[in-house]
Amino acid sequence: METYTWLRTFADSWHLLFMTLFFIGVILWAFRPGSRKVHEETSSMIFRNDDKPAAAEDDASGRADRATGKAR
Amino acid sequence: MWDFAKLFLLAAIAILAAVIANFARDPAHLVHMIIIMVVAAGLFLWQIRRVGEPATVHNEAEYMDDVIRAGVIATAFWGVVGFLVGVWIAFQLAYPQLNFDWAQGYLNFGRLRPLHTSAVIFAFGGNALIATAFYVVQRTSAARLWGGNLAWFVFWGYQLFIVLAALGYVLGSTQSQEYAEPEWLADLWLTIVWVAFLAVFMGTIIKRREPHIYVANWFYLAFIVTVAMLHVVNNIQVPVSIFGSKSVPVWSGVQSAMIQWWYGHNAVGFFLTAGFLGMMYYFIPKQAERPVYSYKLSIIHFWALIFLYIWAGPHHLHYTALPNWAQTLGMTFSIMLWMPSWGGMINGLMTLSGAWDKLRTDPVIRMMVVAVGFYGMATFEGPVMSIRAVNSLSHYTDWTIGHVHSGALGWNGMITFGALYYLVPRLWKREGLYSLTLVSWHFWLATIGIVLYAASMWVTGIMEGLMWRQVDAQGFLVNSFADTVAAKHPMYVVRALGGTLFLIGGIIMCYNLWKTVTSVGEKQPERATVAAE
Repeated sequence: METYTWLRTFADSWHLLFMTLFFIGVILWAFRPGSRKVHEETSSMIFRNDDKPAAAEDDASGRADRATGKAR
Repeated sequence: MWDFAKLFLLAAIAILAAVIANFARDPAHLVHMIIIMVVAAGLFLWQIRRVGEPATVHNEAEYMDDVIRAGVIATAFWGVVGFLVGVWIAFQLAYPQLNFDWAQGYLNFGRLRPLHTSAVIFAFGGNALIATAFYVVQRTSAARLWGGNLAWFVFWGYQLFIVLAALGYVLGSTQSQEYAEPEWLADLWLTIVWVAFLAVFMGTIIKRREPHIYVANWFYLAFIVTVAMLHVVNNIQVPVSIFGSKSVPVWSGVQSAMIQWWYGHNAVGFFLTAGFLGMMYYFIPKQAERPVYSYKLSIIHFWALIFLYIWAGPHHLHYTALPNWAQTLGMTFSIMLWMPSWGGMINGLMTLSGAWDKLRTDPVIRMMVVAVGFYGMATFEGPVMSIRAVNSLSHYTDWTIGHVHSGALGWNGMITFGALYYLVPRLWKREGLYSLTLVSWHFWLATIGIVLYAASMWVTGIMEGLMWRQVDAQGFLVNSFADTVAAKHPMYVVRALGGTLFLIGGIIMCYNLWKTVTSVGEKQPERATVAAE
């Protein structure tokens, strides 16, 4: 099969299917159980660290704590 | 060691540019080479005076804000330049006598038009995107920019690209592809600068001290990566010689047209939309002091937008040699794009829910809200115009120009103004803006200017579209092309006046920001307690 026909067939079959499934997956992932807490935490992160970067010692444990919502 | 390598490199570039300038085959290439020679020689002198001095210290406990301050100044400067050229060419269209005989071949409409589009999109919009991307990625990553002085290389390298491109247009060096006019030399330079931009941005995200990557950074990253891909593919050209600016495209015929509009529409989608949505998702919540309305919606907005936009290009090629299925595909995806666009608009607007009173007291948030409103209107108009039947009326008419400007002036312009008003007091550590009254003046001048612009272009666009297709009882065309040009004159005058109002608003903003930096007192650290009385 010539390249054009092959690419076209692939694009409107398997690749289209892949993109549709990926997109549905994104939506399901966004609505997964427990996402609300993560999203609330993430959407309010812009209200800190306005003037200077976070301290370095925060890195390991601090990041983990904030990811789970234990610390702000 | 690195110092000497830099000196050697700069000297080599300066000498090479001098040699090429000596053999240059066209004026644009000559001027480009002289600029490169002067810049390289100047950097060489600057570098040689610093040899042996300690390297600049990058304190990881502080944000790198000086490069953002430079970016804000560049944004305001190029904005006014771009608006001014736009107003001038609008008057040239209304009064062709302004294409002066003595300036033919340099300052006539054909030469200035790409200068205007590139100045507003790439110089004004591009500097705004780079500056805000650097600001937002640092604040949301709680980390200093990665790469030390690389951010400065991005800033100055980008300015050099702008100057090379702008002078090239005036001197007649162009690839003749809309929004991709710069020739191979400027293209290659932009590629280097863009890779450095991506490195700084990604590096900062990788070393972030926040657990999550805030949604604004997703949009900025999509903008940077996609623009890199578009730029490289659409500019695959073979230079005729290193002594001249001319190059020959690899693609030809309908493939060339399709790649050009795949590039052109995604320049709109990823440069003027995704990047500016990054601004929206940071600056609107910050100015409103409330988190974004729905973080879930912002995730879906992001993925839907980037999945759909990339396919919309063929709607620029309705009724051409492009296969019918490709035209239909472009049209269908353009219509589907309406959903993520409006999802994003709703997300931006609803961020103000519970804080709508701020619209009355804060002209900056008013500006941002009107920007999102224009985003919604332009992204409604766009899908309508991409429908093949509507496109048969609107294509090649001024309706298209009006549509582009309601998006560019209303959405990109207004959200950038809002971001600048937000950034300047914070970057220069001032108490607040110099004058909110002047912000209101800017707001109203710009809004009325856009309304005049869009309305006059709707009228003239639909009118000329109808005049072109009007046939008499025998099936002959009724109007000649010159008839439509004559009929459009009043609307062209209105458009030029609308542009003038927008330009005046921009100048007022520059004055206001200048006074904010020079006349407003420095922000004091917050006092611990204030006695209640």
